[in-house]
Amino acid sequence: MSKIKPSKGAPYARILGVGGYRPIRVVPNEVILETIDSSDEWIRSRSGIETRHWAGPDETVAAMSIEASGKAIADAGIDAEQIGAVVVSTVSHFSQTPAVATEIADKLGTNKAAAFDISAGCAGFGYGLTLAKGMVVEGSAEYVLVIGVERLSDLTDLEDRATAFLFGDGAGAVVVGPSQEPAIGPTVWGSEGDKSETIKQTIPWDRFHFGDRAELPLDSQGNVKFPAITQEGQAVFRWAVFEMAKVAQQALDAAGISADDLDVFIPHQANVRIIDSMVKTLKLPEHVTVARDIRTTGNTSAASIPLAMERLLATGEAKSGDTALVIGFGAGLVYAATVVTLP
Amino acid sequence: MAATQEEIVEGLAEIVNEIAGIPVEDVQLDKSFTDDLDVDSLSMVEVVVAAEERFDVKIPDEDVKNLKTVGDATGYILKHQA
Ligand SMILES: CC(C)(COP(=O)(O)OP(=O)(O)OC[C@H]1O[C@@H](n2cnc3c(N)ncnc32)[C@H](O)[C@@H]1OP(=O)(O)O)[C@@H](O)C(=O)NCCC(=O)NCCS
Repeated sequence: MSKIKPSKGAPYARILGVGGYRPIRVVPNEVILETIDSSDEWIRSRSGIETRHWAGPDETVAAMSIEASGKAIADAGIDAEQIGAVVVSTVSHFSQTPAVATEIADKLGTNKAAAFDISAGCAGFGYGLTLAKGMVVEGSAEYVLVIGVERLSDLTDLEDRATAFLFGDGAGAVVVGPSQEPAIGPTVWGSEGDKSETIKQTIPWDRFHFGDRAELPLDSQGNVKFPAITQEGQAVFRWAVFEMAKVAQQALDAAGISADDLDVFIPHQANVRIIDSMVKTLKLPEHVTVARDIRTTGNTSAASIPLAMERLLATGEAKSGDTALVIGFGAGLVYAATVVTLP
Repeated sequence: MAATQEEIVEGLAEIVNEIAGIPVEDVQLDKSFTDDLDVDSLSMVEVVVAAEERFDVKIPDEDVKNLKTVGDATGYILKHQA
């Protein structure tokens, strides 16, 4: 048997830079109230959301990703050519083939970096980060770009009271690269496919186009409703506050970090009430900075954690070198939590 | 050992106090969670989850909406506790 030479990676991996892109158009709750029977007060108290950003025609999934990535690459202090792989997590890129990651890798000026998309809903950032860490340590890429990007406004039914106010658009990116010290802890992740019905697309694309009209939901004009994300809000809320606090605790334990050691908590920005409940359950001390970017960003799924991370660093609420717990959770249901050193 | 009605009300009062900051003495059998105790639909989910742990009962989502008052919840727990 011939001997195969193994690849050689870095001892550890770390996040070296972060960047975000928020669409220009800011949408206040008043706009949401044009299509659903609700109130600004209800939306704020049940979700924490005051405004969100919705992308315009030119703010495509690729364009937003390129903006966010450019900032992350600059923040990391490397050149795009050094990037060996581009991982894009999204559920709202409407062309399934080819992956949007290849266009992004090309337009950023990488040198033929490996590029692919993943689908892991609101846990997508943690899934991508875990892959990136593996690649850096194993040696298949020295630097990996991880992007979370969504145009959820395209998948929002503005007449659905349970979701119309919830979603936003944007892109967040990080560069993961070599480190001499551990700076990304063990990932606690998993899926609960028995709850796949609790967050899903209303109808699959093939049924939207070819399904029997009589069995499809119609809008007020009598057209088949464009597919949208729907959810069983209470079931998801219950799962998030109860089960995800446990996963977050497991990630802390796995990294050997106590709540007292922690500087920053960046949960997926799904609902401020979920965030507040987790903070309570995890008994996070006062000194821990908690991301509540949802107020002005809404739920941007895979983009929410890097967007919140970028904002905390930009405002000075968090600083480079801080220890942060990140946890994503959502459609699948899927989840991923880990402890990282902030770039 | 199964909890008595008195113990359940006492336990619920502590849970509601913890989640919504309502004084324990305000949590009485005839009080409505939403109208009297400032427990909205999402806080109610948290109350239910805490009650499930404390009293070793399962309260499925579809039953939660029938638990309007502290008395409803107490009765439900009395009947379903393990
Ligand atoms: C969506 C969410 C805010 C809805 O809150 P909820 O309390 O579950 O809402 P419900 O549908 O049970 O409705 C509760 C009450 O509010 C009312 N209501 C529902 N939607 C409303 C709206 N948009 N505006 C005003 N009132 C509304 C209902 O009519 C109901 O009133 P009633 O008790 O008088 O009948 C909440 O379930 C949630 O955030 N869940 C988590 C979802 C999530 O984070 N998903 C993404 C994970 S990645």
